[in-house]
Amino acid sequence: MASEITAPPYRVIPIIPAIKPGAMEGLKPFVASDKIQEALGYPGELVEDWKERAIAKMGELLTKYRSLKVYLDACVHCGACSDKCHYFIGTQDPKNMPVARQDLLRSVYRRYFTIPGKLFPKLVGARDLTKEVLDEWYSYYHQCSECRRCSVFCPYGIDTAEVTMAAREILDSVGYGQKYANEIIGKVHKIGNNLGLPGPALTDTLEGLEEDVKEDTGIDVRFPLDVQGAEVLLITPSADFFAEPHIDSLVGYAKVFHAAGISWTLSSKASEGGNFGLFIGSYDQLRKIALRIREAALELGVKRIVVGECGHAWRVAYSFWNTLTGIGDGADPADRFALMLQKQLDHRYKQPSHICEVTWDLIQRQAITLEPEANDHLVITFHDSCNVARGSRMGDMMGGQFEIPRSIIRAAANHFVEMNEGTTREKTFCCGGGGGLLTDDLMDLRVKGALPRMEALKEVADRDKVNFMATICAICKTQFTKVLPYYGFNMRMVGGVHQLVSNAIKLGDK
Amino acid sequence: MSVLFAVIFYVAALCLVGGVGYRIYDYARTPAPLVIPTTPAPTTGGGVAFRMFREVVFFESLFKGSLWTWAFGWIFHLSLALVLMRHLRYFTQPVWSWVDMVQPFGIYAGLSMILGLAGLWGRRIFVDRVRYISTPSDHLMLGLLILIAISGLSMKFLDHVDVIGVKAFFMGLMVFDWQPLPTTNGILYIHLSLVAALMIIFPFSKLLHAPGLFFSPSRVMPDNPREKRHVSPWAAKMEAEK
Ligand code: HEM
Ligand code: HEM
Ligand code: SF4
Ligand code: SF4
Repeated sequence: MASEITAPPYRVIPIIPAIKPGAMEGLKPFVASDKIQEALGYPGELVEDWKERAIAKMGELLTKYRSLKVYLDACVHCGACSDKCHYFIGTQDPKNMPVARQDLLRSVYRRYFTIPGKLFPKLVGARDLTKEVLDEWYSYYHQCSECRRCSVFCPYGIDTAEVTMAAREILDSVGYGQKYANEIIGKVHKIGNNLGLPGPALTDTLEGLEEDVKEDTGIDVRFPLDVQGAEVLLITPSADFFAEPHIDSLVGYAKVFHAAGISWTLSSKASEGGNFGLFIGSYDQLRKIALRIREAALELGVKRIVVGECGHAWRVAYSFWNTLTGIGDGADPADRFALMLQKQLDHRYKQPSHICEVTWDLIQRQAITLEPEANDHLVITFHDSCNVARGSRMGDMMGGQFEIPRSIIRAAANHFVEMNEGTTREKTFCCGGGGGLLTDDLMDLRVKGALPRMEALKEVADRDKVNFMATICAICKTQFTKVLPYYGFNMRMVGGVHQLVSNAIKLGDK
Repeated sequence: MSVLFAVIFYVAALCLVGGVGYRIYDYARTPAPLVIPTTPAPTTGGGVAFRMFREVVFFESLFKGSLWTWAFGWIFHLSLALVLMRHLRYFTQPVWSWVDMVQPFGIYAGLSMILGLAGLWGRRIFVDRVRYISTPSDHLMLGLLILIAISGLSMKFLDHVDVIGVKAFFMGLMVFDWQPLPTTNGILYIHLSLVAALMIIFPFSKLLHAPGLFFSPSRVMPDNPREKRHVSPWAAKMEAEK
């Protein structure tokens, strides 16, 4: 299959592509097996009364999520979002226009939950829920990476990601789940991380890393695991433990803690920063997966919780952890659940903190020293990851999530270039593999969805000789490593911000 | 005829106020369990108020999204606002002074409203993406508004209407002291019927975008999840179970 996949051509002039109805019709990631489904408490296969159950589930979600309810009502079909999705730009399939993607669900909402839809379905674009519609949901709600780019441009902030999450939750509830995401969630619960890396393997990996760094630098940089009473608990995506180029950033974090003299630890129980509960829209799963981190923090007695380079993990940590687990500040005095943990944490620091916030703070206080010449062979650009850019913040300032990583890069390297401003900061394009789509059975979509980012990269590669694209997301790193070659780039062009820090940091001088 | 219109307008007003009121109640009672502003977002309530002000008055996000849609949409809504303000003179006695002040803009606003609507309709017909997502009701809504505006302007230019009589009729309706509607003018009946239709449709259609905007979590939530714990009632129950 992989050999048939080719990258779409770059657009010579960046015009909005014409629509090609049906271009991606029938694309269908592997369906979860009964074992995978049942492990999460979902029906093993499509239930007989799926129609009734799907409608009932939709009704339930409408009473639980204001976002869904308002978004399904408020859209005026103005079309402002219609050319904003990277999957539309890359595939030209009109059902990948954010508004059309919402309409797949909205049409059914209208039919069963609104008076005009019940009386005059044709007039208002309402449809019966049929098996064809259900299949269409499965297909097109797995062609959305929940990147929120559309919500930036919508006059009402309608976030298609919320609609996609609701649709996936409905699909799961009738036994029509996606293999990739649900299998991974099963692994987190069973083994502790998305990659299914068991405790002993983790210990081995970390020991190996200590040896590598020693060989490289002559210095004993530790990668501690399950250290009781450490100051910092680091939660990072499990890809950081062994995937390339992720691992280079893990080395970077360790060097930062080492150079600053901060005691830190990883946890074998919470050896995963990612939280795929977000992708399938399940509050229950989101919460269960996040609670592991609360438990680890309580058990280890840590004072600070720091999150590594992972986009959606940071959104979940920054925006949702306080809600889900109490990791944060400002709980009500009567809120015993949250206070139990909040009392333990040191509120001179933000809880949780992003590793970039930690590093930037240390750089500013001159608690660590960087030698930017170490990165002189690189001309660097920065790819903003969607969940960081549009679903979180860093520091005290609005937009700190854009400034802090860039400031670190500027401190760690001498050559930094921005990509086209229509493709950075809150307008950044998804890498093409986010939101639970980072699976080989969706390779064609992933390659096409990367088009807008690749075009922007090509521009700076040609003009400014950019040869390194830094990013702070595990999914972005994996996706680009796979996809860059389709566009004629070297797969090693992508890497983490802390990979640059790792190259530049001075060890053993303080 | 007067009786018929009296009944229609009572029904329409009830529908509009009751329907929109119910929607607002319904939106307000539905919880938003997670903090999901589209960032970068303001971190304080005051900041959110300012963001919303820019959205409502300038359509800031739409401006970033599509300049053409913004231009036509903004012209239409601004004109609509002026027209509606001008119309307040039928419902107030004495007429508020600021309503007096907008009177001279009426005709221009009527015309620019048609211009804006025509532009929006043009997009629906000529832009392939917008044509693809348009339903018959989207077209009808634009048609309805254009017809209202045309019939209103006709009363101004073609077939003058007894404005004093119209005012007496509506002032009477409001205090349940029924007065006759001027009978000489067919266009008035058309204008009024279409307006009543609009009022009835409002709470069941995409016109809910107007109240909806104020309940859109991605716009109205402040970005302060680390500083303040946010828990919805149904999610809090899960903690109690533990
Ligand atoms: C708080 C008040 C309101 C705000 C902020 C608002 C905002 C918007 C925005 C941003 C759009 C999308 C751009 C466009 O197509 O113009 C829109 C569309 C629209 N609005 Fe409003 N609106 C408001 C009130 C109203 C009211 C009271 C009406 C009633 C007649 C109305 C009728 C429409 C229609 C018909 C459209 C769709 C135009 C089309 O088909 O392209 N709006 N509105
Ligand atoms: C019960 C409500 C309404 C009544 C009694 C009413 C009545 C009238 C009358 C009597 C005129 C003629 C003005 C003149 O000759 O000076 C007029 C004009 C007009 N109406 Fe209405 N109307 C109503 C609602 C609306 C609504 C909701 C809209 C828009 C959606 C609208 C749009 C217009 C326009 C564009 C004009 C022409 C410009 C102007 O005179 O301001 N009307 N209306
Ligand atoms: S959330 Fe992102 S992937 Fe999904 S429809 Fe919007 S722009 Fe496309
Ligand atoms: S921008 Fe918002 S209102 Fe306009 S079509 Fe897209 S989702 Fe609907």
